[in-house]
Amino acid sequence: MIKSDILIIGAGPVGLFAVFEAGLLKMKCHLIDILPKPGGQCSEIYPKKPIYDIPAYPEILADDLVDKLMEQCSQFQPGFTLGERAMTIDKQEDNSFIVTTDKGTKHASPIVVIAGGLGSFEPRKPLIDNISKFEGFGVEYFIKEPNLFKDKKIVIAGGGDSALDWAVVLCEIASEVTLIHRRNEFRGALDSVDKVQQLKNLNKIKIITPAEVIGLNGENNLESITIQNFDKSTEDIQTNYFIPLFGLSPKLGPISSWGLEIEKNAIKVNNSLDYQTNIPGIYAIGDVNTYPGKLKLILCGFHEAALMCQSAFKILNPNKKFLLKYTTVSGVEGFDGSHKKAPKAVIKTIS
Amino acid sequence: MSKNDINIFITDRKGAIHDVIAPTDMSINLMELIKIHEIENDASIGVCGGMAMCASCQCYIESEHDLIPKSDDEEAMLSEAFYLEKNSRLSCQIPISTNLNNLRIKIAPES
Repeated sequence: MIKSDILIIGAGPVGLFAVFEAGLLKMKCHLIDILPKPGGQCSEIYPKKPIYDIPAYPEILADDLVDKLMEQCSQFQPGFTLGERAMTIDKQEDNSFIVTTDKGTKHASPIVVIAGGLGSFEPRKPLIDNISKFEGFGVEYFIKEPNLFKDKKIVIAGGGDSALDWAVVLCEIASEVTLIHRRNEFRGALDSVDKVQQLKNLNKIKIITPAEVIGLNGENNLESITIQNFDKSTEDIQTNYFIPLFGLSPKLGPISSWGLEIEKNAIKVNNSLDYQTNIPGIYAIGDVNTYPGKLKLILCGFHEAALMCQSAFKILNPNKKFLLKYTTVSGVEGFDGSHKKAPKAVIKTIS
Repeated sequence: MSKNDINIFITDRKGAIHDVIAPTDMSINLMELIKIHEIENDASIGVCGGMAMCASCQCYIESEHDLIPKSDDEEAMLSEAFYLEKNSRLSCQIPISTNLNNLRIKIAPES
């Protein structure tokens, strides 16, 4: 059982900033995210896009923002459960919650904060009739353990960074790597495209373009795929694995059945007070919530995180009076023993 | 309807046709128009915010209007989209302008 003062579902920018705000109030956070790394949409959808509306940053790349938020909250030593999806929530007799992930990891916390953005990112699955039959039997949407593909024949489909990058990594491990894409051009970082070109020249990666995978064949496990070429001719290619990498799309997912009030695919919260949901002790902040006048902006999520923490503090410490402190005055005391504070001014007589 | 407004006909994913008024002086694109009028579930359209990086706003152009050509980014994203047709476009890449009056589009299925 993983215990924390605040359990945050979603490790995007707003979830990460909530760790910092909670830390200032001596509350320790743990985060769950379905993605294998923190950052949410910023890392997954647009890491190299500049953001122009973060206060005091005229321009900052999305993945740089995530790096800075990670650095800012690191002194408060957040815990992470990554690559797992929050599935169920159970209220305990003492009003605390236990959140269990799809892998069975249990998290206990008196406060649950849903900072889930647009929901959990799930792979976009190609439209092949029997694809679900082979999921786990030759079709993989994520590469969690590259050694699964050791000495196997694999086919990757897709034309973006992840298809290119995984083709490069897996050609060192698999016995045969084929990359299939609907057109001749790939969209990726220049060095990824160049690297794949080099590996193709060395016959380490086979590239079939423009073509599309239209069928999967095999008794129990995947044995071959059927591809359709541009001229509509088809051919079968033997393979052990088919890895379609067409990006991810967000779904609100299991959270939608937690008994929370949902409106327009977002969680209704009390914005005149503290961003709590209809279930006391469960908050929703950032893009996942809705209220009159809601703006889905990172900066609005930061504000919501700060107010949520004040409210959570009162639930956790009902008898403590609290006065807002300024970091310029008090500095920042980390849970790691660090203490950041402004250097003292020199007090000296000038004679 | 002001002089800067035009009409656009949007067929939603269930087949209903929406005749909406679109302002040409607000720097908005077709994806944003769909969102403004809440024609589809908000989370299923324009997921990436309009960066041609998700294809959730794919639509089919059903009238003969002259549209701005596809950028490399749009071409690349469409090449990974499902339910692709010859008249597929990413609605986020089409700014609303006066020459689009009476444009007819159909929103592609959710993938």
